[in-house]
Amino acid sequence: MEFGLKQLVFYVFALLTVGSAVIVVTIRNIVYAAFSLMMTLFSVAGLYVFLQADFLAATQVVVYVGGILVLILFGVMMTSGRLDMKLKMERGQLFWGGLVSLLIFILLLSVITNTPQWKNVDEGASLEPTTHQIGEMIMRQEFLLPFEVTSILLLVALIGAALISRKEVREE
Amino acid sequence: MPFSLQYLANHLSQFWVQTSENWAQRFVENHVPFLGHLPYSLGELIIMLMCCAIFVAVVPLLPLGLVLAERKVSAHIQDRVGPMRVGPHGTLQTLADGIKLLFKEDYIPKQGDKLLFILAPYIIFASSFAVFAAIPFGRSILVSDLNIGIFYIMAISSIIVMGVIMAGWASNSKWSLLGAMRSAAQLVSYEIPIGLSILTIIMLMQTLNMQEIVEKQDGLWNWLIFRSPFTFIAFFVFFISSIAEVNRTPFDLPEAESELVAGFHTEYSGMRFALFFIAEYANMFAVSAIAATLFLGGWQGILPGVDILGGLPGFVIKTLFLVFVMMWIRWTLPRLRVDQLMNLCWKYFIPISFFNILGVGIWGLIFPEDTLVSIVISLVIIVLGLIGVFAVFGKGVSKAPVPQASSAS
Repeated sequence: MEFGLKQLVFYVFALLTVGSAVIVVTIRNIVYAAFSLMMTLFSVAGLYVFLQADFLAATQVVVYVGGILVLILFGVMMTSGRLDMKLKMERGQLFWGGLVSLLIFILLLSVITNTPQWKNVDEGASLEPTTHQIGEMIMRQEFLLPFEVTSILLLVALIGAALISRKEVREE
Repeated sequence: MPFSLQYLANHLSQFWVQTSENWAQRFVENHVPFLGHLPYSLGELIIMLMCCAIFVAVVPLLPLGLVLAERKVSAHIQDRVGPMRVGPHGTLQTLADGIKLLFKEDYIPKQGDKLLFILAPYIIFASSFAVFAAIPFGRSILVSDLNIGIFYIMAISSIIVMGVIMAGWASNSKWSLLGAMRSAAQLVSYEIPIGLSILTIIMLMQTLNMQEIVEKQDGLWNWLIFRSPFTFIAFFVFFISSIAEVNRTPFDLPEAESELVAGFHTEYSGMRFALFFIAEYANMFAVSAIAATLFLGGWQGILPGVDILGGLPGFVIKTLFLVFVMMWIRWTLPRLRVDQLMNLCWKYFIPISFFNILGVGIWGLIFPEDTLVSIVISLVIIVLGLIGVFAVFGKGVSKAPVPQASSAS
C-alpha cells in the first residue's frame, strides 16, 4: 500500500486523537482537559469520515462537542471559584484506572480481531449516502426495539432533569 | 475555452462531486508541468488548497462590505449620513478601520489564560468559515458536495460555542465570563428550533444534500417556503432563531453594551478583535445564505429554466436581502430581557416547530408528490392564514400610539 495523502491525513487524525486523549487524562487543569477532550472527540469524528460514516461523524460533533462538552464546561465554570480556588483533577487511582483501561482495550481488541467484515472495507469507494440505510435499520429492521428503548430512557432522563431543576412551589 | 472563474468553478466542483482522481492527475500534468512526475495525491492536495484559498480570500471581503452596509443602513434609519470622509461616500472606511486594527497593540490580560486566549478567535474564525464549504453558491460553484450537507453545517457551527466559552473563560474578566455564559446558553437553546425547522425541510425533500435541495426548487412556486403552509411558518422560526444564533439585536444579550461592555470579547483588541468581528459578519452572511438555500430556492430563479433572479447573482441578491432585513431589525427593535429570550425559544418556537414537523408529516402523506393542486392549496392556506393573523393581531398594531416628534430635540 502506497503512502499517499489519505494515509497521511489518517495518521494525523490518529495522532491527534491519541495525543489529546493522553493530555485529557494527565493534565491537572480541568479546563484544559475539557478543551483537550474537544480535540479528541473532533478527531474521532474525522476517523469516522475515513470509515465512510459521514452522518455518524456529524452526529458525533453535534452531540459531543456541541452538547455534552458545553455542559461539562458550564459545570466547571459555574462551580470553580475562579479567583481563590483552582479546580484540580485527582491522579491517585493510577493503578485501578489503568487496569480498567487495559481490560477495555483487550475487549475492544478481541472484538476488532473477531469481526470478519472489517477487512472488507473498500478504501477506494466513494462516499455513499448512509442516511437512508441508517433510517431503514433503525425504523424498520433489527434496531427498532433498541431505538425505542433508548428514546424512552432519554424521555425519562428529560422528565427527571425538569423535575430536579424546577423551582419549589411554596405553599403560603 | 478561456480560463475564467466559471471554468475553474466547473472543474473544481466536478472534481469534488465525482472525486475524479484522473482529473486531478491531468490537472497536475497539464497546468503544473514541473510537478508532472509527482503522484496525483499532490494534485488533490493542490486543488484542496486552491478551494480553501479562494474561500479564505473571498469570505473576509464580505465583512468589509457588510460592516460599511451596516453603518450606512443604521445611519439612514436614524436619519444620519454615516461615514462620509474616507473615499467617495465613505466606501473605504472599513478598510481604514481594518488597517487601524492591524496596527493596534495586541494586549493579552496578564491574569488570563494566555494559550486559550490566543486559541479562541481561531476556533470561532475557522468554524464560521468551514460553514461556507457546503453552501451551494451556484449550479457548479460549490466547494464540497456533501451527502450530509445541511447536517455538516449544523455540526460545524455548533463548535462556535466552544470558542465563545474559551474566549470568555480565558479573559479572566467578569464581563467576558458572563457574556460567554449568556452566549452559550443562547446558542445551545436556539440550536433546537433551528434544527427542528431544518428537519421539516429534510422531511419534505428526503435528502440532506444542499445541492439536491436547491435543484428541487425550480420556479417561485416550488421554493420551499411556499411548498406547504408549515414550511412557511418554519422559515420565520428559522430566520428569527438565526438572528439569535448570530447574537444580533434584539437577541444581543451576550454583548449588551450597557451591561457587559462587549460580552465575551471585551478583553480582545487589535487583530484578535478583528477576527471576532469578521467571524460575526461572515456568520451573518452564512445563516442568511442557508435560509436562502433552504427556503428561497438558493440559486434557482423565479421561473424554471430562465435565469431571472437565479445563478450566483440571484443567490447573492437573496442572501443580501436577508442580511439587510437583519440590519433593519437590529436598528428598529430594542433588546429583549433574558427571561423573554428564553421564553420565546422554549415556550413558543420549540412547540411551534414540533407542530410544524407533525404538520409536514401529514402533508407529506396527503401529497406525496408536488402537484399543481398541492401548491395551490398551500398558497391558499398561506394567504388565508396571513389574512387571519392580520385580522386578529393587526388591530392592536394599528391602534398603537403614533410616536410624537419631540419638540425639545
